[in-house]
Amino acid sequence: MFGFGILSGVVFLPLVGVAFLLTQKGDDEASLRNIRWATLATTLATFALSLFIWSGFDTTTAAFQFVEEKSWFGSGLVYKMGVDGFSMPFVLLTTFLMPFAILASWTSVEKRVKEYMIAFLVLETLMVGVFCALDLVLFYLFFEGGLIPMFLIIGIWGGKRRVYASFKFFLYTLVGSLLMLVAILAMYGKAGTTDIAVLLRTDFPKEMQTWLWLAFFASFAVKMPMWPVHTWLPDAHVEAPTAGSVILAAILLKMGGYGFIRFSLPMFPDASTHFAPLIYALSVIAIVYTSLVALVQEDIKKLIAYSSVAHMGYVTMGLFTLNPQGVQGAIFQMISHGFVSGALFLCVGVIYDRMHTREIAAYGGLVNRMPVYAFVFMLFTMANVGLPGTTGFIGEFLSLTGAFQANTWVALLATSGVIFSAAYALYLYRRVVFGALEKASLMNITDLTAREIAIFTPLVLLTIYYGVQPQPILSATQASVDNLIQTHTALIDAIKLAAAGQ
Amino acid sequence: MPFFVQLAHHFLPETILAVGVMVLILIGAWRGERGFGLVDEMAVGILGLALVTIALSKTPDASVFDGAYIDDGFARFMKALTLIGAMASILMSVDWLQRNGLEKFEYPVLIILSTLGMLLLISADNLIAFYLGLELMSLALYVMAAFARDDGKSSEAGLKYFVLGALSSGMMLYGASLLYGFAGTVSFTGIAAVVSSSAPIGVIFGLVFVLAALAFKMSAAPFHMWTPDVYQGAPTPVTAFFASAAKMAAVAITLRLVFTAFPGVKDQWRQIVVFISIASMLLGSFAAIGQENIKRLMAYSSIGHMGFALIGLAAADEAGVRGVAIYLTIYLIMTLGTFAAILAMRVQGRYVENVSDLAGLSRTNGWMAFFLAMLMFSLAGVPPLAGFFAKYYVLLAAVDAGLFGLAVIGVLASAVAAYYYLRVVKVMYFDEPAPAFDRAPMAVRAVLAVSTLALLGFWVYPTPVMDAAAAAAKSLF
Repeated sequence: MFGFGILSGVVFLPLVGVAFLLTQKGDDEASLRNIRWATLATTLATFALSLFIWSGFDTTTAAFQFVEEKSWFGSGLVYKMGVDGFSMPFVLLTTFLMPFAILASWTSVEKRVKEYMIAFLVLETLMVGVFCALDLVLFYLFFEGGLIPMFLIIGIWGGKRRVYASFKFFLYTLVGSLLMLVAILAMYGKAGTTDIAVLLRTDFPKEMQTWLWLAFFASFAVKMPMWPVHTWLPDAHVEAPTAGSVILAAILLKMGGYGFIRFSLPMFPDASTHFAPLIYALSVIAIVYTSLVALVQEDIKKLIAYSSVAHMGYVTMGLFTLNPQGVQGAIFQMISHGFVSGALFLCVGVIYDRMHTREIAAYGGLVNRMPVYAFVFMLFTMANVGLPGTTGFIGEFLSLTGAFQANTWVALLATSGVIFSAAYALYLYRRVVFGALEKASLMNITDLTAREIAIFTPLVLLTIYYGVQPQPILSATQASVDNLIQTHTALIDAIKLAAAGQ
Repeated sequence: MPFFVQLAHHFLPETILAVGVMVLILIGAWRGERGFGLVDEMAVGILGLALVTIALSKTPDASVFDGAYIDDGFARFMKALTLIGAMASILMSVDWLQRNGLEKFEYPVLIILSTLGMLLLISADNLIAFYLGLELMSLALYVMAAFARDDGKSSEAGLKYFVLGALSSGMMLYGASLLYGFAGTVSFTGIAAVVSSSAPIGVIFGLVFVLAALAFKMSAAPFHMWTPDVYQGAPTPVTAFFASAAKMAAVAITLRLVFTAFPGVKDQWRQIVVFISIASMLLGSFAAIGQENIKRLMAYSSIGHMGFALIGLAAADEAGVRGVAIYLTIYLIMTLGTFAAILAMRVQGRYVENVSDLAGLSRTNGWMAFFLAMLMFSLAGVPPLAGFFAKYYVLLAAVDAGLFGLAVIGVLASAVAAYYYLRVVKVMYFDEPAPAFDRAPMAVRAVLAVSTLALLGFWVYPTPVMDAAAAAAKSLF
């Protein structure tokens, strides 16, 4: 339509929903219902539309597909969209999880419902845009723009320390991204364009690569988040409303990993090889240290937040091994973590909606009154630990396999994280779900409602399905990963050859 | 070219303002206080007419009046910005003046006189015209700062501005006399011919003095001291005029001066510009953090923004000037929008100006809170709002020119600045409501809505601004 393709459709469809919501006035029950259903319908329609991307996606090529290009700001800055094996899974992950975020807020959000839904829809546009953008500045626009709705979501609908958490979230991410902006400008100066497809073929001088890599690292490491710049994440998670945590953990964190794989690895191969030990070190510290920190948490959400940091450690480690298993595993781990951590935050949301506390000590013996909940929570706890048969296993196993090939010591230390994660996750599960139901406040707690079961069913099914049958996701990314590694190896070999010839 | 042809072809907007202001004075003198409404409306009409003649002007670029005055694309672009700022300032001020018992016909007259000075300044092509424009602009501004003469703060602002302004005029004159003494000419192009590659030390001295005076006018650190007090003390619509139109003219003449008179000694003035830029950005970011009064906050914010705009000047090439032109356009819109919001801050008939008065605005007045929040995000430079593109293009020019350090300091300063812009959003959205504001007058609401929507939708259709800015930059080289 108007020369725009399906990707623009998926990106901007949520804004159509926003336009409709703006016409809704009044606070009565009927208009609130309208608002909720309209938002849900918009996210479902967006998901349905994104399925066409999936069905039309050619998994045999590493080239960009569904490409659209329009002149925009004159020279250098174009409106260009497209997806390849790296971005397509994330587009689907985003559109798939949005309806769950809306459903999770169905009754728990009572004040300023309209604004809340608008913020989420705008956020969806910006998130999908990040994964579809094929122009560096366009990417930056979506990447940074997402801060505004998330800042408001945490700040308006968050918990007690929401102001602190929202400021920390915003400013941490902003500082990292602004350094990336300077790097983007420098790349434009060198290549004369911000078209990602061209930049992927541009050969940046070695010295320059180091600086560019560091600037991009500043942004993606914060977003990921990597140790030691992860401290904003527990705060943001704890204070954000349930749906905000889900989106934050499941999608916003993935932008960091996506950034590494889209920009840092292919565009700065020298620097990526050079800095790989740094990444390994930070990843291992993240895996071990944050797992230990997770063990002593008193707050359920904070515990899951630290576990997210640990799991992202596997991702960064896997990416920089630059072998097929490592990179595939990292991507799979990101997708898997999208399902699992999103579901875990939904699980926390279920009991938070009933008891309005996230203190682990306030719970215990839930299995007696909530058997269905206990099952769901256990499944996702196990997936988080990496039990074979769930998606968590595939991601961790592949990235550890990759790490063993690259550096045995790194793999050895990282593997200890698997044990730690079992420790904190099962410890949490025991304290919340098992034991005697002694607390008077829990005596009347009710099991999952039909709406909640409807939310969890698809997530449960997918977690098991892709845990047993990971091939669909792996083959979608296969061509792009192979291409990345071949190009990288060829470049590094050429450099070694040149060095030997001197 | 005969005098009247020059007048009609290249001096038409100025002529309209000059003739118009005399008519307004006559009307005012004839009808006294009762003439305020009529004079006010006519003033908007006169400014609008001047704007239209600039927009429709098809005459080729020319230097007229024996090289005293230049009419080119750059001048027309900056004049259009100045006129828009002046018009919006008058439109927004009517209600404020009436409620404060200041509906005097001198107000629109002074705005037009000052605007006339700005137009002269923007088109100045020699030192004499430069000084003439600068003083015409400033003298009217001094009076306007003290316009609420029964208010102690306003009188203080006027006096402070006048004393410091006179000092800066003195510096400018001293610098200009040195320039004339060593170069032997007052014409910008004449000076450029003398200092084509190297400059006598006297010329450099003169340049430093003149640049210091200009930094004073655009309130760039370390010559910013007057800004917070004058912004806070002056009547709010006057502050809006200071922050919008006056800045445009001051930056415009700075660009004109360094690029037409001193292109040969780029490296000399570049260090000064880099220093002023860094100092302004850091001061604007850090000093604003503790401010409670929103006008004072905007004063520091404007210091920071001038520092940012000067990044483009430091790049010292056509891309840099284009960046500055885009920056000023977007900054003008942001400033007008923000001051419209400040003018809408009225509780039970009384104007308030503290950030805390905005508390919980999102619940008492959702649209105003949304508009002001978007203005704040735009001032902070968060994409996809227009404020981001303003920063993008000056940074682009700086990075292209190899000024990486300056660019990095700039983005870090803007991250610090983001904190206090966010604080305004926080107060409006996260805090418990303060008493609701009265309904703002139509003109104020219109300026607020139009400017915010322009910032929000800038990315949809940026071409007109981009093209105009590129054309303006081209004509300066």
